[in-house]
Amino acid sequence: MTDTSPDLLFKALADPSRRALFERLCLGGEQTVGALTAGAGISQPAVSKHLGILKQAGLVEGREEGRQTHYSAQQRALAPLVDWTGRMNRFWEARFDDLEDLLKRMDQ
Amino acid sequence: MTDTDVRSVTVEREIPHPPEEIWRALTTQHLIEEWLMKNDFGLDLGHRFQLRGDWGNVDCEILDVEPGRSLSYTWNYAHDDPAYRLDSTVTFTLEPTAAGTLLRMEQVGFRPDQKQAFGGAKGGWKIHLENLEKVVAGLGA
Repeated sequence: MTDTSPDLLFKALADPSRRALFERLCLGGEQTVGALTAGAGISQPAVSKHLGILKQAGLVEGREEGRQTHYSAQQRALAPLVDWTGRMNRFWEARFDDLEDLLKRMDQ
Repeated sequence: MTDTDVRSVTVEREIPHPPEEIWRALTTQHLIEEWLMKNDFGLDLGHRFQLRGDWGNVDCEILDVEPGRSLSYTWNYAHDDPAYRLDSTVTFTLEPTAAGTLLRMEQVGFRPDQKQAFGGAKGGWKIHLENLEKVVAGLGA
């Protein structure tokens, strides 16, 4: 996996059309630009442009087959986002544990 | 809270103690130190204080106080490495229950240098992110 800058990742996901494309690839598996355009409500060149930006961010990969490119989602690229949430979650859960311990002591 | 919020973490727990007791733990310097961090906390609106951890200091400012019910302050973390910088808000909400109190902590924020990039991402970002995380979790990534 390429080490993509979080900036590229955030910029790529800031656009609703790109998020929609990425989600469709996550849920529906590998698809061609044509198939993605069919359900996107935007033109094929626009879809291609969005895929290019997603690809730059490491969120999708393209596989050439004949004249078609098949795109697939690279969920691992989301790690910086998932990591932050997971980290803060663990932090606050641990703080709440300490808070409960403290409250028990306050009662005694 | 608005839909433009980029990142959010919510932790909720029912605690078998009355809200008044939990409120005291959330708003008294020496008690905060015992469960959160060393601090120079003060309950006045606009009061600025720091939470001091081994890994650095968090800059805070009291944004909202509803005694015994909710407390909100900024949680800003400066760091040389932009990847660690954070501008966020922490809100504690206390709701009495039959067994004690439902305590909820919601932290929402941005990395400061990414505010620009997210400016246009109004609406549904949080939901999308949650969906994406579910997808990722489901795939065991």
